[in-house]
Order: sequence, then C-alpha cells, then structure tokens
Amino acid sequence: MIKKWFKSGDPWIWLNAAAVSASLIIVLGLLALIAVKGLSHFWPKSVMQAQYVQATATNSNPESLRIIGEVHNQEEVTLEALHGMGVHLELDALTATRILLKTGNRDISGADFKWMLQPYLKDEQYPENIVVLERREWGNFYGFLKSVKSDNKTVASEDTAWQELETQLERAELIYKQIREIEKDDIGSINYGMEQIRLGKRRLELEKEDTPERIQKLDLERKQLEKEYAVLEQDLKKLYKKFNRDSIIAETMSGQQIEIPLSKIVRAYRPNSLNIFQKIILYFEKLWEFVADEPREANTEGGIFPAIFGTVMMVLLMSVLVTPFGVIAAVYLREYAKQGAFTRTIRIAVNNLAGVPSIVYGVFGLGFFVYFLGGNLDQLFYPEALPSPTFGTPGILWSSLTLAILTVPVVIVATEEGLSRIPRSIREGSLALGATKAETLWRTILPMATPSMMTGMILAIARAAGEVAPLMLVGVVKLAPSLPLDTNAPFFHLERKFMHLGFHIYDVGFQSPNVEAARPLVYATALLLIAVIVLLNLSAIYIRNRLREQYRSLES
Amino acid sequence: MSESSTQTPAASSSEASALAQALTSKMNRARAIKNKITSVSMAVGGISVIIAIVLIFFYLAYVVFPLFLAPEMERTTQYPTPAVTEGKTLHLAIEEQNSIAVRFTDQAKAIFFNVNNGQVEESVDVDLPQNSNITSFTTSRLAKGFIAFGLSDGKMVFAQHKYRTTYFDDIKKVVPSLAFPLGETPLVLDPNEHALTHVGLMHDEEKATFVAYTDDNRLLLNQLIFDDELTGDAEDVTYESTQIEIPNIQYVNYLLIDNSQSLLYVAHNNNEVSLIDISDLDDVQVLERKRVVADDAAISEFTFLTGEISLLVGDNKGRISQWFPVQKETGLTLSRIRDFDSQHTTITDIVTEQRRKGFAAIDDKGQLAFYHSTAHRTLLHDVVSNAPLNILAVSPRANTFITEDNQQQMQLWHIENEHPEMSWGVLWDQIWYESYPEPSYTWQSSSASNDFEPKFSLMPLAFGTLKAAFYAMLFAMPLAIMGAIYTAYFMSAKMRGYVKPTIEIMEALPTVILGFLAGLWLAPVIESHLPGFFSMLLILPAGVLLFAFLWQKLPEHVRHKIPDGWQAALLIPVLLITGWIAMSLSLPMEHFFFGGDMKIWLSENLGMDYDQRNSLVVGIAMGVAVIPTIFSITEDAIFSVPKNLTFGSLALGATPWQTLIYVVILTASPGIFSAVMIGMGRAVGETMIVLMATGNTPVMDFSIFQGMRTLAANVAVEMPESEVDSTHYRILFLAALVLFVFTFVFNTLAEIIRHRLRKKYSSL
Repeated sequence: MIKKWFKSGDPWIWLNAAAVSASLIIVLGLLALIAVKGLSHFWPKSVMQAQYVQATATNSNPESLRIIGEVHNQEEVTLEALHGMGVHLELDALTATRILLKTGNRDISGADFKWMLQPYLKDEQYPENIVVLERREWGNFYGFLKSVKSDNKTVASEDTAWQELETQLERAELIYKQIREIEKDDIGSINYGMEQIRLGKRRLELEKEDTPERIQKLDLERKQLEKEYAVLEQDLKKLYKKFNRDSIIAETMSGQQIEIPLSKIVRAYRPNSLNIFQKIILYFEKLWEFVADEPREANTEGGIFPAIFGTVMMVLLMSVLVTPFGVIAAVYLREYAKQGAFTRTIRIAVNNLAGVPSIVYGVFGLGFFVYFLGGNLDQLFYPEALPSPTFGTPGILWSSLTLAILTVPVVIVATEEGLSRIPRSIREGSLALGATKAETLWRTILPMATPSMMTGMILAIARAAGEVAPLMLVGVVKLAPSLPLDTNAPFFHLERKFMHLGFHIYDVGFQSPNVEAARPLVYATALLLIAVIVLLNLSAIYIRNRLREQYRSLES
Repeated sequence: MSESSTQTPAASSSEASALAQALTSKMNRARAIKNKITSVSMAVGGISVIIAIVLIFFYLAYVVFPLFLAPEMERTTQYPTPAVTEGKTLHLAIEEQNSIAVRFTDQAKAIFFNVNNGQVEESVDVDLPQNSNITSFTTSRLAKGFIAFGLSDGKMVFAQHKYRTTYFDDIKKVVPSLAFPLGETPLVLDPNEHALTHVGLMHDEEKATFVAYTDDNRLLLNQLIFDDELTGDAEDVTYESTQIEIPNIQYVNYLLIDNSQSLLYVAHNNNEVSLIDISDLDDVQVLERKRVVADDAAISEFTFLTGEISLLVGDNKGRISQWFPVQKETGLTLSRIRDFDSQHTTITDIVTEQRRKGFAAIDDKGQLAFYHSTAHRTLLHDVVSNAPLNILAVSPRANTFITEDNQQQMQLWHIENEHPEMSWGVLWDQIWYESYPEPSYTWQSSSASNDFEPKFSLMPLAFGTLKAAFYAMLFAMPLAIMGAIYTAYFMSAKMRGYVKPTIEIMEALPTVILGFLAGLWLAPVIESHLPGFFSMLLILPAGVLLFAFLWQKLPEHVRHKIPDGWQAALLIPVLLITGWIAMSLSLPMEHFFFGGDMKIWLSENLGMDYDQRNSLVVGIAMGVAVIPTIFSITEDAIFSVPKNLTFGSLALGATPWQTLIYVVILTASPGIFSAVMIGMGRAVGETMIVLMATGNTPVMDFSIFQGMRTLAANVAVEMPESEVDSTHYRILFLAALVLFVFTFVFNTLAEIIRHRLRKKYSSL
C-alpha cells in the first residue's frame, strides 16, 4: 500500500510543500527572532540575587559567594562537555543548565558576564532594593545603594538615599545637557572657524596674496574666536565643578563599597520594585534613548542617532542623484533610441548590472571617485589643506555617488517597465492632436509613468539602505566626530565621513571588544534597518500593484 | 505651453488672422525648439548615463592593465668612472633620491659622486691602521648600506654609507657621509694578525656577527651582542663579544650570514656550499655540504636575495639559481628553488632590489638582465655594453641603475618596472615561497617589513569563493526549486498570493543582517547542537512523510476541511515540532554516540577540526540570501508554462505528479537553469555574509567545518589598507574585475536563456 502511495507521487508533492513551509519558517523565523531579540533589549529585567556554592567531592565545605545579576541567556550542556572543561558535576541527568549572568561592574570584576551552573545556585531571590545604574563608562552597575554624598558629606543614607539619588540625578542630567551643548555646539563651531581661518591663511600664501592687511584681518578674527573660547572655557569649568559635586556609595555583590560620582550615571532604577506601568514607561524611555541619542562606550551602549542620520542623509543624497539620471536613461531607451539589437543589448546589460556584486562598485568608487576625482578636486580647489585630503578621501558624497551607480539599473528597469505599460493609443492620441513629441512626453507620458518612477526610486532606496560592502570602501566609519549636516556654513559637509546602520551592525557585532554586551543593541539596530527596508519595499509593491490596475482599466 | 493655436477663434478680420498666424508660427517655432532641446538632452543624458555604467568595466580594466606591461629601460647618460685613479671599484651604490652614488675602492676610498654627470662630490678616506692594506671586502643589507674591509693585519673596518636631505635656500641637497656603527677603531678578528682573505657580516639592532677567512686557512667568527638595543647613531656602543674559530672549513671563496645570524653559508672553491649552524657558538655544526652548480660550471657570484634568506648563485655558464634551507626530516637542507637561465656567459655581479624580491645581473659579454624570484620571470634581457661589465648598482627604488665596465666607463640607466612580481604563475600556480617547506597556494599580501615576500596566489580565494557558493547552492537549490514547484503548480491561488511576496521580501533583506545572525546567533547554536542539526536532515523529511501518510488515512470529512493546495500551511507546525524534537534530542545523541562532545569526537575520529564560523554556517546564511532569487525566477518559469500543455497531459490520464515531472519541469528546465545561474552569481559576489560568518582565513580545505576567504571578502578587508597603484592594489582590482566579468557573463547567459524560453512559450 505504501508502495502504491509512493507511486502516486503524493509523497513528493508533500515534500515540495515542505520546502515552501521551510522557506516560510526561515523568513518569518528570522524576522521574529530579530524582532524579539531587538525589542526585548529595552525591557528592564529583574535582577536576581543568589548564593553560588561550588560543592565538589574533595571540598565538603565550599565557600558561598553572593552573586547579583540579570539572567542574560541559558543553555544545556552535557556533563561530559563540562568534564572536559574541568568541572566535575554529579547529577542524575545527562545535562546541566548553564546560565549566562550579566553581573556588570566591569570596573571591579573585569568582565560584564559570568557563566554559572544552575545546580550550584542556591537561595535565589529578587530583593526590591537592588539598584541598576547605567553609567557613562564601564557599563552597568548592579548592587545596593548605601548613601548619597554631596561635597564629600553624606546627605542621605539607607532608606532616604534612593529618593535623594533620584532628585540629584535630575539635577546632574540638566547640567550635563548644558555641558554637552557648550562642548559640542559652541566649541565645535569655534574649532571649525579656527580651522577655516588657518586654511584661509594657507590659501592666501599659496596664491601669493598674503598681504599684511588680509593676514591681519584673519588674525583679528582668530583673536575674536579665541576670546569667545576663553569665555566658554570658564563657563565649562564652573559647570563641571557643579557637575562633580555629588556621588553615591554603593555595595557590590561581593560586599565591597565603592563610590560612584553622579556625573558618571546616566540612569538609575530598581527593577525589582517597578510595577508593570513603570516598566513600560522605562521601556519607552530606553527605546527613545536608542533612537535619539549618541552612542556611548565604543558604540556598545546608548543610541544610534548618528547612524540613522548618516544612513538617511546618504540615501537621500543618492536618490537625488539617481532618480533624474535613471529616468532620463529609461526615457531615452524607450522613447527616443531606435529600437533594435543595440538597445536590446544595452537593456540586457543594464539589467545584468543589477546582479554585479556590490563590492565591485565599491572598488570602482574608491578608485575612480575617491582617488581619481577626489584627488584631482583637491589639487584644484583645496590645495591649502594638502597633504591632508579634503575630497580625496572616502566621504558621504562618494558613498552616495557609488550607490547611485549601483542602483541606477533599478531605476532604469522600473521606469522602463512603467513606460512600456503605457498603451500606444495614448501616445498616438496626443501626437494626433498636434502635440510635439516633447509635449507628449512632458504632459502625458511622464505623469503617467510617475508611479513607476516612484517604485524605482523606492526600490533603489531600499537597496541602498541595506548595502554595506561598498560603503566600507568609500565612506563609512565606526564613529564620526561630526554629522555631515550642522550649523556651520556651508551646512552640508559632503566630504565628511559618516556612520551607517548596516556598518554599525557589522562593526559593533564583530569588531567591538565587548561583543556579548553589544549584541542586544545590534539586534535592535538590525530590527530598525529591517523595518525601514521592509516598509519601503512594501510601499513599492503597493504602488506597483495599484499602477498595474490603473493601466488595466486604461487598456480595456 | 497652451494649446491656443488650435483654439484661435475664427477671426472676421484678416488682420487678426494674420496676427494669429504670426503668433502661431512663432509659437510653433518655440515648440519645435523645445522639442529639439528635449530630444537632444534626453539623448545626451541617456547615453551619458549608459556610458557611466559601462565606464565601470573600463575603469577596472584600466587599473588592472599596468600589471601586464613589460618593463622598459633606457640609457640616460654615460661618463668615465669618477676619480678613476683612486683605485678599482669594489662596490657601487645609489642613494634613495637618485642624486648621489658612491664607489668604494681597493685604496680604502669612498668616492661620492653625482649620479647624473659623474662629478665627484666628496671623497672620503677610510682610516686604516698603519702598515695594513685591504685584502678583502664585503657588503651586507644593501638598504642599510653596510660595508666592511678585511685588512692584511687581521682587522676589519666596518662602515655604513648614509645620506641626509637638507635644504640650502629652498634647494634640496643630499649630503652623504660615512658612518661607523661600532666606532672607528677597526675590529680585531684575528688576534694572530694574519691577513683576512674573505669576510662576511650581518648586523641588526640586537647583535652583529662577523666572519673572516685568513691566509693561513682558518675560519674565524666574532659575535657581538649589544647591551642595549641600538637606536640611531649611538657612537658609544657597548657589547659582549664572543670569538671562536670554526675548524675544518677550508678553501673558502665566499662567506654569507643569514638575517637571523644563525646560519653561515660558505662557498668553497670546488663549487660546493657548506651550511653551518652558528645559532649556538659553543656547538657550531656543519649541517650540509653540497655542490650548487652544474658539473661543468663554476660559481662566479654568490649573494643574498633581499631579506637575507635566499641565496643567489651565479655561475660561469650564465645560470643563476635560488636556494634556501628547507626543514626536512633529516634536518635543514639547502634546496634549489628555481633557476634563471638567460645570460649564457659568466655572471660578474648580481645586485638585489632593496624592497622587492627582484634582482639584476650583469655578465662578461656586456649583457644585463632583470629578474624576479617569486614570479620566476626574466623581466628584461639586453646587451648594454660592448665591454664586459664589472659592477652594477641598483637604486633603492629600483628605477635607476649604474653599470661599470672594464674600460672604466659608467652608464646610467632608467628603468620602468612597476610590477615585476606579477605573472600568471604567481596568481594561479603553486609557488615555493621563502621559508616554506614546499610549493603552495598562499595568499598573504602584506606585512610591515620591506623584506617580506608578498604571496599573491588567487587560488585559495577563488577556491573559497566557489566553496562558499557550492555550500550555499547545496542548501538553497533543493529548498528554492522544490518550493517554487509547489508554489507554482500545486498551491492554491490565495495562499500563493501570500507566500510569493513573503519569500520575495527576503531578497531585500540586507545581507549584513543575515551575516550578523549567521555569525553571532547561528554559529553558536549549530556548534552546541551539532548532532541535532545533522539529524534534522533525516528527521524533517521523515516527519513530513509520516504526517502525509497519516493525513491520507484520515476520514475524508476531516481532510476536506482543508482545501487542496494548502498542504504547505499544514506542514508548518509539523516542521516546527519535528525540528524541535531533533534539537532537543541533540544533547542526548551527543552523549550516547559522540562521547558527550561531537567536536572532540570529530577531530579524534575523523581528523576534522571544527571552526565555529565554518562553511556550514556560510552555506545556510548565503543559502537564505539566494533562496528568494532562485525561488522567484523558477516560480515564474514554471507558472508561465502554457496551461494547454498540462491540460493535455492530464487529459491523457497522467497524474498531476507525472504531468509535473514529464511535462512542466521539462519545459521549464531552461528557466530553472537560469535561476540557478543567477543565484550562483549572487552567491559568488556576496561579501558581508562571508565576511561575518567565517574566520576569513585563506585556506584550501574542502571540509564543511572549516571557513574560507572569498574574493569579495578579501577585497573588502584589504582594499582600504592597500597603497594606491601598488601591485597589491591592482591585484585587488583584478579580483573585482574577475567578479564583475564572472557575474556579468553568468547573468547575461541566464538572461538569454530566459529570453528564448519566453519566446518558446509564446509560440506554444
């Protein structure tokens, strides 16, 4: 009977069906995995306290260690594998559970994470008064708050300490904002101005127009800036003094008491005492920080705002470049060029360029745009900055151009498809009414093809937003000191390097010293990137489908 | 522009009509001009965009092209040997800027002269002890300019020629000088004060070794170990000196010490070479003595290649052979690596380039040849002089050289030789690199030191590329093609409407995300669930078949609740459950079959080492990246098989499965083939996944548990650090060009096949 069943071919159909199911599971599973891992990162997890008793056969009275931390991950290991690592555990089961605990306090213990064997954990509890401190350096702190000090005098201890910490933290946060504003914006633009003056001087020298009056004028400007700088420096000094006033005394899991200045604390909370609403509020606070703030600690904590900004700006610049040219090429190919073997060849070639590996475009961009074009631009227009290159080094302009070349086939193909769907009758009708070819094009054809151009542009953006390999050669960096758009004239700084979401994933996930701590952040970044790209693609599909229906009604 | 011309009211007066006509014609002209402008600008814009795209190919080719240019040389000038009365030339050298050269003579003079006209700039006398004269001479490490004179009283003068660039009134000037790294007092090598007939030396920051052979046939060695690492020109060097005599070595012709100062090479006058281990001065051992030239030939030149590892032996038949010691079971053996046989007459001088593994040789018939050792190439070979040539000097940048003939005439040549290390063999053949036990395919492009021998074999990279693509296709092809068959042929239209876009959206998924998941999530999961993972290959299909069989046994009214063509939806929970079972059986399986740890079991029983980021991980991740491509094209090809074919087949009594196999797939097979080609093209060029999901080691090993480095990943890793216009830079461009051409050809073929298929369908 089974033989007959096999002969009918039914099992094969089922196996083919299984292939579809497997593909679907992979796609949806991937998306779900990233979504869950990325979104759960911001949830304030409960912090466990337990005794770690490593009982062995030889040591009947082992030491009991107090440990505090978040359960980060857990897995099963065979006892044999543990044995191979030198851990001799006697259990009735084949396997034991191993817990990865985030214990934080990297400044004291040297590592953020510890693997713990479940059988050794005793007396697990979740005390309400455990505090989590997110710090500007050294990662999180887990422990107990003992007292709050101000000007080296204890102002609150034990019960009242938490209240005091919260109020003082708000004050510190305010001062921090002021400091950032001065350091980043004001001093940043003064430095920029000084650099411009230096370059201006050098330029005058090179052009042999360095008359004393001109030099004097520049010197005067510089003096003015220096004066402003001195004022700001004074302000900063005062602010820093205020900023460093308070500190807290906290106890770590080993009972050690340490002093942490409030200026180093970004956020403090007691996860075990939060109710669900407070947790939700905290969750969104952290989510907002992720989207809107700058990265801390070599990109492994804080936000990814510069990367979002860089990606968006690069992609916008690229679409400004790619759309007109792609549309012109498509219009030429479809409306003006003589249809024949030649245009067919070009069409196939353009189509296939979309399949050329992106790294090839990166190599081209580096060689042609950066070294050749950029190098020559520097010689011509920025000789004062040489030998340090202005455009002769990877930057956002070259990245956009490279990606524009990479995505121009997408725009051409999509626009051409739109143009080919416009019925002949429409063109002929327009021409029959006496319109010239140009008028037909501008008045009827292009407006009708707009949705397909939009589709092309959106697909190009979606492709560009996810490309990383070519950008690694032509412009991204792990940490850009300044955004490519700021308040210093000429506002757009196209020669600057920029940060990028995709590269951020690669860099933080694979090049950072503390991968384990950074991993959740990478999931969150990946989720953001996927969300943007899937949305773009869905909208392109939606527009395309609507477009098809429109033409269908035209044709009938 | 308004359409006013067509709406001109029928004017009663002719005047108005004339005005309107004039207006119309004016407007028409404007419209015609606009029309013209539009078409011209469209043509210009369109063509220039297309040219810009085509430019990619030509630019890549343009950068690669110089790799294959043959070197050229031309004579700049000639002049008689400067200060010819001051003695015979022992050694000739040019400094970095190509402005000053130096000639050391047998009258203990260093004559610095202008390279371009032969005028003496400065003549320095080397102070010799009283009543002594020069009996031997040697050089060492050309880039450092070390020279040494052996004297008739058993002493040795060790010096270094140096150059300093200064500006006098904005004019660049190179100032030469002679320095004495160990002080001006000559070193006493032979306390018995016999004449040194042959000398050799090696000197670095930690120690220096000097050897000498005396006229009473003793081989003496003196090693100095410096107390502090040498920095700059410390004149008051302090050191610990050890002096020994190496017994039983006689008839010495040449002495050389290698870069680590642990091997001494002695060429004897019977054309044999002794390899002597001097790493332990208390226990000096002769490792080997063997003949290094053909039976009828005699050694005429004996020197080191840059790096002081390889020996170059020139003979009186014009053959130059490269040798270096290779570790064999019997110990270190001097091995002949390759021969260069172009000159056919006595080699009189061999000079190595200072920054590359190239060298030049001159002979007694006035011929000059440039060679490259790694590439095994004779780059240039020409007669440059009527008289026999004696001495040769090559500048540090290897773009200028000077020859001196036995008529005391010097010639200055310029040579254009940018990429001597390139040859077909370097890229694709096994090459025997210095210090390697045997010829191998190796990619190792850069190192901090000038002495490094770059290894530019594209083989391991091409191999890695194909390996990654192979494993990716192994994973993707069955899933994508089978899935496409089901989706196009069996699936209900409604479900197809959901499934197709879902799988196609995966194509837009950035590969950096797939790579990140593969490297940081999948790799550890696979590592800890290895048996479970492999058992899935069996358990999943078995589970599906079992379910299908049981399903068929269900009463009809239950089965009919699920409409036909929704099997795939039913199978999702089945796959999830069987997959979960396989994974949770993983640890017990590991315990019962593999002694608790499959990785250890693999390496102990099968000898396979396990990398966490291996081909399996890459195969799956890249497979996921190409599944949508293959799926989508295959699905299109199958779906658009004309329906009358299938209906005909079904009407003749074939089952749906038979119709599929014998009619649909056969008809659509060119489409499926082109889908696979396009998928392959994508897998070959994929960069980020490979970069993140493997260790990026360029190994040639087909094991599924080892990583690889692909061409694309290699470009991404090395391009930013590569020096513009260097050989490395151009080879990376070559790799990019290869990728470009490969994928372009693959895609074009696939496109043509699909085009034909579409035509066939429409004719059916």
